[in-house]
Amino acid sequence: MSTTNVIIFSTTLFFIGLFGVIVRRNILVIMMCVELMLNATNLAFVTFARQMSDTAGQMAVFFIITVAAAEAAVGLGLVIALFRNLKSVSTEDIQLLKE
Amino acid sequence: MELTFGATDIFFYVFSGLALLFALFGVVLGKNPISCAFSLVLVFFCVAGDYALLQAHFVAAIQILVYAGAIMVLFVFVIMLLNADTKSLDIGRGKVSQVGAGILCLALLAMFVWSIQHGTVATKDVGLTPEKIESLGGNLMVLSTQMFSDYILPFELTSLLLLVGIVGSVALAKRRVETK
Repeated sequence: MSTTNVIIFSTTLFFIGLFGVIVRRNILVIMMCVELMLNATNLAFVTFARQMSDTAGQMAVFFIITVAAAEAAVGLGLVIALFRNLKSVSTEDIQLLKE
Repeated sequence: MELTFGATDIFFYVFSGLALLFALFGVVLGKNPISCAFSLVLVFFCVAGDYALLQAHFVAAIQILVYAGAIMVLFVFVIMLLNADTKSLDIGRGKVSQVGAGILCLALLAMFVWSIQHGTVATKDVGLTPEKIESLGGNLMVLSTQMFSDYILPFELTSLLLLVGIVGSVALAKRRVETK
């Protein structure tokens, strides 16, 4: 379980998340893919914390998890507000600036 | 407790393989949002296993409590509230953009993997080895001491952020915007 292997795993997870953000059209699934990307970066932080025998990386993960929780709460509030107005969660229908 | 070398490796490959499998075929290519959400919970559990293998026990516990518990409950609740089960793979915008996105992601991934394998590993060593942490009272003791001394300002700012998040999400969800 070398640092290189864990970082490669974390990078792969990050790009799977990025791929999901680009191709999916359901805004809830897009937010889930963003959580996937945040998890990948957290894993990289923890890996380098172990590599350098330090705990600063683990502290960073706490703050990232807190920010992710706030982001999920505000983002889902936005999704609810959007659904109330547009009756849809697809990003194809969110084009109010065009109209 | 440090496992023997072989066992750690086997657990790492099992957790990582499962996480990648669920992430790609469950979350990104999943048909309805509920199955995406539950695949994401499984990914979180696998990543928590990796944290535990990396000697970050408290982060592993927080990952399960906050991510797999709180955040995913919020997601599942919103899916239920909006009744947004579409039952179809909503990948839009035609084949060209999908293939383009796939090629872009694969190319970036290949570039990153190449540079990771050809780079040099950081040699800085702060000295908080697992044995040192054990002698200082364990992972949670060391982390909490740091959080309430060196990281007290970010900690307080985090509480402010959470307050803003609460007020903001309530205001957003309650407001009724008139369109047209």
